[in-house]
Amino acid sequence: MPDKTQIARQFIKAIPHARELGMEITKILDGEAEITMQYDPRLVGDPKTGVLHGGAVSALMDTCGGAAVMSHPDAPAGTATIDLRIEYMRAATPGQALVARATCHQITRNVAFVRAVALDDDTSRPVATATGAFTVEQA
Amino acid sequence: MARPKPEPVQVIKQRRDAALRALAEGVPYIQFLGITFDRRGDELTAVLPFDDKLIGNPFLPAIHGGVTAAFLEVTAIISLSWSMLWQDFETGALDVTQLEAGDLPRLPKTIDFTVDYLRSGLPRDAYARASIARSGRRYASVNVLAWQDNRARPFAQANAHFLMPQ
Repeated sequence: MPDKTQIARQFIKAIPHARELGMEITKILDGEAEITMQYDPRLVGDPKTGVLHGGAVSALMDTCGGAAVMSHPDAPAGTATIDLRIEYMRAATPGQALVARATCHQITRNVAFVRAVALDDDTSRPVATATGAFTVEQA
Repeated sequence: MARPKPEPVQVIKQRRDAALRALAEGVPYIQFLGITFDRRGDELTAVLPFDDKLIGNPFLPAIHGGVTAAFLEVTAIISLSWSMLWQDFETGALDVTQLEAGDLPRLPKTIDFTVDYLRSGLPRDAYARASIARSGRRYASVNVLAWQDNRARPFAQANAHFLMPQ
């Protein structure tokens, strides 16, 4: 039987936009997910500095949040974002991959609550943090 | 004292459209998503033409939540920059040819961004407009609303705070 990480990797590959942004699941277990997105010049928001656009960070956070919900032991059959709040602490360093780590820390019958952080090579200073609420779809 | 003769309409339009193009087309990520802007006077409407690469849920299919967030954020930043620069290029304090050459002024930076997903984004074109709740010397607060077929049925809204260029 293929393990959960394997299934999740396939799952993310089936999402056209995640594939387009080159997202790769690097860890997934019991409500925790880690997704890596390589630096890509197409995602730049400030051509002068080469810094990634905030929107690309949002896309990464949203995908990672959803993956964390899907990997929770009370596995919902599906999920959709209700709301997502992102705080941008600093610009992501140009040329470095961005890693999002999300935790689904609470799940009820209808709602899953998520916290996430986005990091580049300097893991001591987060690029962004996020909190979100996701729907829990019953099978 | 006589009022100065108004500029010919095509001169005004050319200048405004050139300024808008310079703002939006210089950003790779805006090009990547395929977002364009419609201008009526100083009012902007962002347009996100549907594309298969924007899909987040292939079964429904629906637009990726991250794309929706990005679309709203792009709309907020461009609309805020536009209103911030409007006075400058209208009075001629800002040279539009310089903008076109890629010499963009410093833009606002996002502090935080909250998206509210109201409905799933359907596989068709989306539109968004931003309203600037407050634009101060240091901070700005912006609301954005996005819809598809029906303006009265928005599929997402957002509220964002920005740090103005110092």
